[in-house]
Amino acid sequence: MCLAIPGKIVELDAQNAHLAVVDVVGVRRKVDLGLLLEQFPVPGDWVLIHVGFAMSKISEADALDQMRTLRMLGEADAAMEEVRGYGLENEEQDAPGQGRIQ
Amino acid sequence: MRFVDEFRAPELISKAGEEIRRLADPHRHFRIMEVCGGHTHAIYRFGLKDLLPENVELIHGPGCPVCVLPMGRIDDGLSLAAKPDFIFAAFGDMMRVPGTHGSPLEYKARGMDVRIVYSPADALKLARSNPEKHVMFFAIGFETTAPSTALTLMRAKAEGLRNFSVFCNHVTIIPAIRAILDSPDMRLDGFVGPGHVSTVIGCRPYDWIAKDERKPVVVSGFEPLDILQSIVMLLRQLRDGEAKVENQYKRVVPWEGNLAALRAMAEVFELRPYFEWRGLGFISQSALKIRASYAQWDSEQRFSVPGVRVTDPKAAQCGEVLKGVLKPAQCKLFGRECTPEQPVGALMVSSEGSCAAYYNYEHRKPVTIASAAAN
Repeated sequence: MCLAIPGKIVELDAQNAHLAVVDVVGVRRKVDLGLLLEQFPVPGDWVLIHVGFAMSKISEADALDQMRTLRMLGEADAAMEEVRGYGLENEEQDAPGQGRIQ
Repeated sequence: MRFVDEFRAPELISKAGEEIRRLADPHRHFRIMEVCGGHTHAIYRFGLKDLLPENVELIHGPGCPVCVLPMGRIDDGLSLAAKPDFIFAAFGDMMRVPGTHGSPLEYKARGMDVRIVYSPADALKLARSNPEKHVMFFAIGFETTAPSTALTLMRAKAEGLRNFSVFCNHVTIIPAIRAILDSPDMRLDGFVGPGHVSTVIGCRPYDWIAKDERKPVVVSGFEPLDILQSIVMLLRQLRDGEAKVENQYKRVVPWEGNLAALRAMAEVFELRPYFEWRGLGFISQSALKIRASYAQWDSEQRFSVPGVRVTDPKAAQCGEVLKGVLKPAQCKLFGRECTPEQPVGALMVSSEGSCAAYYNYEHRKPVTIASAAAN
């Protein structure tokens, strides 16, 4: 829970202003942006996600660093399991052959 | 050199190690606490202790939410899971944590409806899709996860969703640090401050540690270089007789924290007069409870909860390890009765727990920075 998962905002949800589709190495899930009201992200921005909520905006370089840290910590699989679990069922289309933090 | 190559700026890592050895006055012994369980995990995983001189000692702090939760709270939460038409939802980290009569997973095996969720928002979703049942989210965590629970409760209230509640075990890091500093058997020289908790609370809440206790605090990232740089910054302050709060993790942690997250927490939560922590005992104003204005969504206000207090299994020394008085391997059960596969105490369950980290990385001794560099 202490480690954050980096993801890229793909699109804002048309129905729910506080939700956005986020891409985490190809796995796409909805996350909640309600805790980023002060610096609301736009598509293309990178965020750090904790338990389904984006908690901070970061640079792309820092997002890549964070992915590498997760992999080095042996937490990459757990992180991807968490991301896949968001939303209870697989609503979003993952990019083909993705989902591994390389 | 397999591992070394993967780290950001390996040459800087060696330099930081050299700088630490240069700064660490051989006539002194430095005791530095890393507060956050994520840092504990990283320190063991990367073998950072091997890069430190003997007189720089890292003490593992209380920042593992699963570890500090006393068994009585787990029993209380699980007592509700036995109610008819009840769904007990919790993060995966909680599922193998032992209660008196078993872990949530064992309750599930006995037929109770226990579900893993990865977000409090998904517990809310479960409630929407199971209107005939009550969904209770067993919430744990420090300020990293508390804002998400708060926002979820705000959403539940806005929707008027009646079959959802939260069993709130959220704790706050500052009173735990105060309790450790007040403990007579603990002498510390400085703190590696938590990274992601600080994205929420910012750096100001640590001011008193520097001003009143005269101990330096450096908020740190999680990469090997981050942690080593933080130790360098702490040792520099100690050499110069300074005590201030510094932010090594500026790329993620704003000095003021996350205002939207703090607002959500203030809307939903208030401080409990006191709360029991495993190992640290009762600490005043150290945990969050749900405000009366959200009583309908508070499992404890809505249902009758036994409020049990349970002492840990006698032989297990989780408390001493949590306080930093004992190292994991000094516990009588470590690696024998208590392993990650068959945990007796919570510190062996979570990857952020110091016992699990020690068991997985130190006990089994994988390739680390120091050993890889030597090859």
